Amino acid sequence: MSAVRGLVALALVSVALVLQVTLFPHLAWAGIVPNLVLLVVVASALARGAQFAAVLGFVSGLLLDLAPPADHVAGRWALALVLVGYLAGRVRQDVRPSVTSVIAMVAGSSFVGTSVYALSGIVLRDPVVGFGEFAQVIGVSVVYDILLTPLVMPWLIGLFWRLEPDRALA
Amino acid sequence: MRWSGPRFHPDRRWRSRDGLDERRQPARALLVALVLASVSVITLDYHGGADSPVEPARRAVGEVFGPIESGTSAALRPITGIPGWFTSKNDLHEQVIALQSENARLRSDAARAGYDKNRLAEYDGLTAAAKSLGSALVPARVIAMGPSQSFSRTVMIDAGSDSGVHPDQTVLNDDGLVGRVLRVTRSTATVLLIADGDSVVGGRIGDSLKLGMARGSGEIGSHARLDLELVDAADIPPKGSAVLTWGSEGGAPYVSGVPIGTVTNVYASLRDTSTRIAIRPYVDFGALDVVGVVVPSGTRSDRAVIEADGSLQ
Repeated sequence: MSAVRGLVALALVSVALVLQVTLFPHLAWAGIVPNLVLLVVVASALARGAQFAAVLGFVSGLLLDLAPPADHVAGRWALALVLVGYLAGRVRQDVRPSVTSVIAMVAGSSFVGTSVYALSGIVLRDPVVGFGEFAQVIGVSVVYDILLTPLVMPWLIGLFWRLEPDRALA
Repeated sequence: MRWSGPRFHPDRRWRSRDGLDERRQPARALLVALVLASVSVITLDYHGGADSPVEPARRAVGEVFGPIESGTSAALRPITGIPGWFTSKNDLHEQVIALQSENARLRSDAARAGYDKNRLAEYDGLTAAAKSLGSALVPARVIAMGPSQSFSRTVMIDAGSDSGVHPDQTVLNDDGLVGRVLRVTRSTATVLLIADGDSVVGGRIGDSLKLGMARGSGEIGSHARLDLELVDAADIPPKGSAVLTWGSEGGAPYVSGVPIGTVTNVYASLRDTSTRIAIRPYVDFGALDVVGVVVPSGTRSDRAVIEADGSLQ
């Protein structure tokens, strides 16, 4: 069962990743697209907790780092999404999440994820961009992720929820 | 004393959930392990440079995701093309006016071109004699675009090593220079746009033939801009002059003579006697679709290759 769960989660992340680089650039604002992969990780954290989400965050982050057309130093999105998955999993309540709490969680996660990624870039001097652009990108991506939340999060959380039959333990 | 309660409230709550704490201990250990794993991947890739151990993994993931992404992109094309249907009559009218004025300008340019052309023919003859640098174009479509959140400007095209595309080849479209090929899989290639913050292109002012380096600013879309640093800072080009590629040794990564953009602004700093020249690229990086990769003439490819004389091969 756990192998099946892992495969379903991996498939979800792959679909999110492919849509993120093929469909969403057509809807991008200044090249910034909603971070679907991050939404999948947050949904898994809300439904399944920190441990699962951190592992999923690592795997999906690595995919984001390696799948073309990525060209930054590999491991940066992995680091950001591990932290996002873990933090979101720790903060979640053990009840079915409400609309406000999910939106707040997505906003916080999007902010943390994009910031960690951007900060790792500053440390590594990977892209040479100004602080103003960092702030703009972080701001826009938070807004974009929140806009997408009502469309995809209920569905994603429900799916992860159903993947775990032994919910009583959590 | 009774009110000392609230301060200790969190403690008490946590203690009451001892069972959960034990369950979460492994999560923390896992977090540390995963963070360390991420950091070691970063370190490996950062210090490895071009032959980093991560490169094969990148290639493997690319081989898997490349075909999926091209398939998805092709399947979505009818949907992503929808905004094009809504071009209003007004927009079209404005386009006609813009094109007419551009046409008038080009016609006046063409009138002056005879002299330039003769000179150019001489140079071209020289180059051809020195080394027959025949080139051909492999046509390709942009199928995926890196998000701005990643702070690097890259796109993926649907031509790879099977089509004769290799790293460090020039990518252009009918407007001008797009970028260069970074790495390839069998069916796709990753292209670094010249707008990327790490991209440096040798540029030449069309009128004066002065040399410089055009760096990307990381911005795409309507604010796209490159910064040109001239080797001889004293020579300031007029606004509107065209900037072309200067060309690299053996045509890699950039072949010479590809239009990059026009000079829009010149900022002179009196303090350090340097000038920064802003260039607006001809290519609209937000709306890239069909591009061509410059390959050596006679390259074997799985698709029709456009030869320098315009013939298909």
